[in-house]
Amino acid sequence: MANIWHITIKELKSYFTQPVAYVVIISFLMLSGFFFYDLFTSYARMLGYYQMYQNPGMMEQVNINDMVISPLFHNINVILLLIIPLLTMRLLAEEKKQGTDELLLTSPIGIGQIIWGKFLASIALFLIILLLTSQYPLILWKFSKPDTGKLISNYIGLFLMGSSFLAFGLFASSLTASQVIAAVVSFCSLLLFWIIGWIAESLGEHLSAILKYLSLTEHFENLSKGILHTGDLIFFITFIGFFLFLSMRSLESTRWR
Amino acid sequence: MVKVQNLTKRYGDIVAIDGVSFEVKKGQILGFLGPNGAGKTTTMRIISGYMPAGSGTVEVAGYDVFKHSIEVRKRIGYLPEHPPLYLDMSVTAYLNFVAKLKRVPRKDRQEAIKTAIERCGLKDVEHRIIGNLSKGFRQRVGLAQAIIHNPEVLILDEPTIGLDPLQIREIRELIRSLAGAHTVVLSTHILAEATMICDHVVIINRGKVAADDSLENLARSTGGNRRILIKLAEPNDKVIPKLSATPGVAKVEKGNDRFTFYLTTAENAVDPAQNISLSILQGGWGLIELSHETPSLEEIFVRLTSE
Repeated sequence: MANIWHITIKELKSYFTQPVAYVVIISFLMLSGFFFYDLFTSYARMLGYYQMYQNPGMMEQVNINDMVISPLFHNINVILLLIIPLLTMRLLAEEKKQGTDELLLTSPIGIGQIIWGKFLASIALFLIILLLTSQYPLILWKFSKPDTGKLISNYIGLFLMGSSFLAFGLFASSLTASQVIAAVVSFCSLLLFWIIGWIAESLGEHLSAILKYLSLTEHFENLSKGILHTGDLIFFITFIGFFLFLSMRSLESTRWR
Repeated sequence: MVKVQNLTKRYGDIVAIDGVSFEVKKGQILGFLGPNGAGKTTTMRIISGYMPAGSGTVEVAGYDVFKHSIEVRKRIGYLPEHPPLYLDMSVTAYLNFVAKLKRVPRKDRQEAIKTAIERCGLKDVEHRIIGNLSKGFRQRVGLAQAIIHNPEVLILDEPTIGLDPLQIREIRELIRSLAGAHTVVLSTHILAEATMICDHVVIINRGKVAADDSLENLARSTGGNRRILIKLAEPNDKVIPKLSATPGVAKVEKGNDRFTFYLTTAENAVDPAQNISLSILQGGWGLIELSHETPSLEEIFVRLTSE
């Protein structure tokens, strides 16, 4: 346990001694802030129109949960897809490039501990990013009455999606000594996991079910509606566990090459 | 302390090492010599537990490297060919991280870091970022990393490579000072280095052990008939016949210039140096230099590795 902690601390420090974390956080806040502003103002505008027409029936359709929260979290998800490969690309690729994997692999520390340490460091940075997005719900609360349950389930969804991206990114980073390759591989593969459900309609019944099940967005959908479904939670946890396992095997295999 | 038995490793079709066996006793400094590509780094990586052997066993302090990997890793300090440094860390932060990795207890950690910094002469740069340090300092940080947990066994892969002569001398002195308390295996292709530092030498060539002995034994075993070099101030043509007749001298040859001669000692003879100097004195040729030429490690090395 202590070993995992040492690795985590080292990685977290390294995020902040290099400009990576700052650049990623600032870019993320810029984009998500833009989306939030856009969604919130168009919601307010819409509200204004309907009030003008005094139409209570239409007023009900203008719902802050559907018009701001759901699209906002979807958009944040897309931004995460773009930035998370940048957070994970360095984790193992750089160790290989600098030859520091030789230090790690000859120290009294297990491969699982190395992988968990690095994964937890990236999770910690991701949690910092999520914490910074809490300004948007706080603003919503000040002016309106958003559905708290839905907000929470959206946050759970975001956390699970992001963690899945991180686990996959870590695996991609374990495959190569090049950060660029790690980033490209994780971005393209994650995008594929995102859109894989799209072609499901045109395929046979069984294949379509499988593809839909593999699609990350399908599982996020329920959470974004406020439905906490055990099956979805299990999917995300399995996804994360599977790619952490593959990362361990991949790091282990460097010994045999 | 380190026992290597019948080690074999292939990379695809290429045989990197083939049946390498040797043993290092406690407190010894073993020089691991060989031309580039002979299999030195591969062997050291296997001893350190970085990669598994194809076949054969390595025991460190009584533990099998493969079966009790963690126990071995606790007892080993390893400096790879390229020092494994995090370039964005300061020297102390790096050593602190390594000390944690090597399970130095929290209460001893500061002391261990301080000792390593002092021993490796890093006091002046301890707060600098490793990426900004010169090659020599980086090498020393690498060495500090290897000794920080006071390991029983040190594996050093070409520890003086890329250093300037002064730094080389310092690192050599440092390694010498580690002997006794630590068992050291170091690889090098600089023969002078092995002569200076090591008690025992293993020469490896094309993946096989070509020699495994102490330096004196190696010199003796390959130097059956020893040579003596003499330089004279005023030699004349009587030099060769007269010296050839001196007891204990088997052969006299001319050197590169007319002042230099090489004498070959007769086998099993008592050292003829005294007789030779007497003959020269009688001839009045003016003795300038008389020295024994023991075969250098270089000659032994060339002989063994070119076979």
